[in-house]
Amino acid sequence: MKKIMNRRDFIKIGGLGLGGLAMANPIFDWATGAVLTEADLQQTFNKIPTYCEVCFWKCAGWAHLNEKGDIWKLTGNDNDPHCNGRLCPRGTGGVGMYYDDDRLKTPLIRTGERGSQSFREATWDEAFDYIAEKMQKIAEEYGPECMALFSHGSGGKHFGRMLKAFGSPNITAPSYAQCRGPREVAFFATYGEGIGSPERVDIRDTDCLVLIGSHIGENMHNGQVQEMSDAIDKGATIITVDPRFSTAASKSKYWLPIKPSTDMALLLSWIHVIIKEEWYDKKYVDKYAFGFEELKTHVKDFTPEWAYGITTIKPNVIRKTAKEMANASPSVIVHPGRHVTWYGDDTQRLRAVSILNALLGSWGRRGGFYNPEKYKVAKLKLPKYPKPNKSWRDAFPDQYKLAGLALASGICDATIPTDERDCSFKGWIVNGTNLISTLPNPKNTLEAIQNLDLMVVIDTMPMEITGWADVVLPECTYLERYDNLRVSAHREPTIALRAPAIEQKYNTKSAWWMAKELSNKLNLKDYFPFETEEEELDWQLKQIGSSLKEMNKIGVKKFDRKFDDLYPLENLEEYEFNTNTGKIELYSTAMEDEGYDPLPKYTAHDEPPDGFYRLIYGRAPMHTFSRTANNPNLTDLMDENDVWINPKVAKEWGLKNNQEIWLENQDGVISSFPIKVRVTERIRWDSVYMVHGFGHTNKNLSRAHGKGASDAELITKTKIDPIMGGTGMRVNFVTFHTELPTQGGA
Amino acid sequence: MRYAMAIDTKKCVGCSDCVVACQTENNVPIGYCRDWVVEATSGTYPDLSMELRSERCNHCTNAPCVRCCPTEASHIVEGGIVLVDPDQCIGCKACIASCPYDARFVHPEGYVDKCTFCIHKVEKGEDPACVEVCPTKCMYFGDTDDPNSDISKLLKKRKWKTLIPEAGTEPNIYYLI
Amino acid sequence: MIEELIISGRMNPEIDPHLHAWPWYVPTDLFLAALVAGILIFSAFLTLHGRENEFPAAVKRAPILAPFLLGIALLLLFLDLSHKLYFWQLYTNIRWTSPLSWGAWTYLFLTPLAFIWAAIHIKTAFPNWTWPYKWIDTFIESLKGYRIWFAWAILGLSLTLGMYTGILLSAFNARPIWNSAIIGPLFLTSGLTSATAFILLNCPKGSNEKKLFCTVSLISLGVQTFLMIHLVMGYLSSDLAQVKAADLFLGGEFTTLFWILIVALGTLIPAYLHILYLKNIKIPVIVPSILIILGGFFLRYILVEAGQISHW
Repeated sequence: MKKIMNRRDFIKIGGLGLGGLAMANPIFDWATGAVLTEADLQQTFNKIPTYCEVCFWKCAGWAHLNEKGDIWKLTGNDNDPHCNGRLCPRGTGGVGMYYDDDRLKTPLIRTGERGSQSFREATWDEAFDYIAEKMQKIAEEYGPECMALFSHGSGGKHFGRMLKAFGSPNITAPSYAQCRGPREVAFFATYGEGIGSPERVDIRDTDCLVLIGSHIGENMHNGQVQEMSDAIDKGATIITVDPRFSTAASKSKYWLPIKPSTDMALLLSWIHVIIKEEWYDKKYVDKYAFGFEELKTHVKDFTPEWAYGITTIKPNVIRKTAKEMANASPSVIVHPGRHVTWYGDDTQRLRAVSILNALLGSWGRRGGFYNPEKYKVAKLKLPKYPKPNKSWRDAFPDQYKLAGLALASGICDATIPTDERDCSFKGWIVNGTNLISTLPNPKNTLEAIQNLDLMVVIDTMPMEITGWADVVLPECTYLERYDNLRVSAHREPTIALRAPAIEQKYNTKSAWWMAKELSNKLNLKDYFPFETEEEELDWQLKQIGSSLKEMNKIGVKKFDRKFDDLYPLENLEEYEFNTNTGKIELYSTAMEDEGYDPLPKYTAHDEPPDGFYRLIYGRAPMHTFSRTANNPNLTDLMDENDVWINPKVAKEWGLKNNQEIWLENQDGVISSFPIKVRVTERIRWDSVYMVHGFGHTNKNLSRAHGKGASDAELITKTKIDPIMGGTGMRVNFVTFHTELPTQGGA
Repeated sequence: MRYAMAIDTKKCVGCSDCVVACQTENNVPIGYCRDWVVEATSGTYPDLSMELRSERCNHCTNAPCVRCCPTEASHIVEGGIVLVDPDQCIGCKACIASCPYDARFVHPEGYVDKCTFCIHKVEKGEDPACVEVCPTKCMYFGDTDDPNSDISKLLKKRKWKTLIPEAGTEPNIYYLI
Repeated sequence: MIEELIISGRMNPEIDPHLHAWPWYVPTDLFLAALVAGILIFSAFLTLHGRENEFPAAVKRAPILAPFLLGIALLLLFLDLSHKLYFWQLYTNIRWTSPLSWGAWTYLFLTPLAFIWAAIHIKTAFPNWTWPYKWIDTFIESLKGYRIWFAWAILGLSLTLGMYTGILLSAFNARPIWNSAIIGPLFLTSGLTSATAFILLNCPKGSNEKKLFCTVSLISLGVQTFLMIHLVMGYLSSDLAQVKAADLFLGGEFTTLFWILIVALGTLIPAYLHILYLKNIKIPVIVPSILIILGGFFLRYILVEAGQISHW
């Protein structure tokens, strides 16, 4: 593109004035100095590499500083496969996380009752002494294993190291049992490998994308939203199954407006059609699959007509969409979704998804599921961790046998003492997750917290969970610290550096520093041999032939794959799967061994009673979890959620757009705050929809307090998945109140 | 040279990244925005269709805001970009009333502000911030006077529409439909 | 069902949820400008026809207040600006396509002329008036000789100003309520009506001047009614945006205000009262005058408000 002259040299071709009179550039100096002029001249004076911490996608990017050294803007790193140079709205709005003056500013120690929100400011030393003392007491009385760490973010790695050194294996992220756990177990059972994060779906090269339980476009899974756009450009067919007219549904060739909770029937019916019509990839199935005949027998009665009666999807639509998938095979993806804890039979539902993908021959092939590779970064030379004597599993003997990771809800439940349990958890460290909003049935969470001897919360913002802590440690944002290298599994192995773009604000510190200090107090200093994280990173990087200097310049370093096996099954190569039989187990021997159904079955789930509507929750692309609800840049886009109600229902109830109503669920729990009504055709008449993450009760969140309503507080009923303990949360029903009901009344 | 933007409504997911990126790039104060995203749904469940589009000043060829400005504050520069010179703006708000797209607003400092097509980036050969950040890559910026530019080729290939053409302003933002 | 909404949270002050960048300053300024224009038009016109002594109220007394009203109008215009320190830029340009521009220049030239005109006639309104300095007195007396030239200038500039108050709005085709060529003549006529009402307040009891201006007022009200009817009919027979916008006056939020305040109280009742007066029924002239003046003000206030609400 040819160079253009400076704006001031541009010939003004519009608005002819009397040249003589015009004084285009006033002489008086006090008339100049407008902000627009500054923006014109604004350039990047310095660029610091980082990777985003707003959600879990961890896009690598750059923090741009202006000439005053302030953070000006955030942009994506062009070499990063997570974002391809483009951050999502949360990432771009990450500056708001730094500039939010409601941030936690100093360590706090509780003075009143737990939960009374009365704290006093403390020094870091005081806070660490308090924590160390209590932790040691718990270790003496009950054992170090009774300390648990809840984490969702980079800090978890540092506190995790400390906790493992302390002697506890009980480290959990709510993203397992409250989110994607079932699909990991299901795909592991079928293929011997999980899905991972980012999901290993080859959307940009697919010919057919089937979204059943995924709202790409409203969930802002950056790389996948980008690849879906690429797929649209290439003319790929999109099939969306969703009771709601999602953004993805609006871009789909087929939208199946399924009756909520009946997805299993549709999946089984698709399997039935694809087998009956022999549309499956015969060579692939013959070579790699185990249990085909059993599967064929199992699905023989799951006809589209049978499914129609359950799902309300017409039989010819079921057949047509099955044909579309088969035509595209093997370049087809039946997307496993991400948040899949819905009705308690979720592992089995994801088993059906994995089986369908196997029949279509998409696993391990272009346009289907690729084989990600991770770079092996040198491990720190640390002393061996002590062997723990017990773990959270001991609290649930004979339950959730296939759970691969610790259950956050499990640990929470196990904190409440019962007669049968040997030890309940006595101390929690919570970092980067607002458990009150994350775990279902908040009352249960609060009861668990009241049974603790020690409750430590490390966060950047005063969230609901911080109000229940004994000690609050203020973490600085990701823009103010180093963290572990991001080592991600993708088409190409990459590592990314997070370096601090700016000084730590207020009296905040990084999680690494906190974990190190705490380790020192607990006589575990050998587990943090380096003085600063900078030194630790530099050591690590030098082991792999790089350096902090290089990474500061490039931000993301790409490596070549060790093997040329991005699509290992493309040409039906020999392959041994990590399963009992060494094959793709359509019939799961692993499930059978533990006494679970080896083939997925359909179960009918509860329907809403009269006057109640199923509570469906989801995401908006400008927010994530409940943590962005106070970010000034993002509240500018959306500062509250609303409840989507079908016009027929609204008419019945006499509800108008923007009217404020209170929601009450089947257990009589009423939303703390009213929520605005959105009358829209995009939602079915038997359900209502709201975006998760609003309705904050912590008064210190000046922009988020009282805005919208919290879906989490209305999720008091769960259906637990017996296979891995996932908490199915779409089983709550709500009714409406146009006025705040008095205590005990309707 | 005639700068214009084309936005593919088939790919836009309404994430509003364009709004945040513009805000940080151009230091737009919190509470104000130079661009915004519209969601238009029509039909009855389940026969529905939805259009998502990112809107901003259309940098009209026949700009009413430039015509009605009493000083030379509202002006058009080479390439057709409509700009406001804050040193000449008296804040009479005539341009605000004259815009059928409600694209302008009064900046807290007193002068009138709006999308500038990130002219400070365009001068350096870069795309406007919104185009650069869009995760779905549904936004295109270029010269419609150049038949070989990406945008010209797109406009020849795809069906498109502009907003409120009946207002006669000749807008230069094309929505690919 | 069509559901169209902004999902990125746009709420620009003064723009959303609907345009209200021009609050009461602008309509009041437009009203005062048209009132002054009307007063000066009558004054100048009658002077040029050599009948200044027949109509002392219109020609000599009414214009005394004119420059001050004009000053207030300018002050309001200034207060409405959001970038006040730069107001002088208005006078470094003249832009023919911008009514605000040539309106501002008209103000600039008309104001001193209005002061001079008032100064020339002040001794008629206040016979005991003395200037603080002798040289001012001599100067004013000398200007009296150029009355006719001033009258021509004032007539021209006042007609421009009167039209400007309406054309300012009708130049905005983005706002359907304003996008009608009738608004210019309507505001000019309304200005003349308000001016006659003002003049009537200055007329001595039972004079011929009073009777004449009553008739003029009646005719003016008639023309105004005719124009208002055509304004609304114009909306209804135009494009969809205007048809929808007209709903604001025909069932929407401004219906009552429009029909009661402007049509009934501001136009029809005063007209009726004028007819009664002309039939020699004793009506205190203050009643229809105040009604007309209020009606004129609300005409502008409501049109400016409704116009900002209407959109494509």
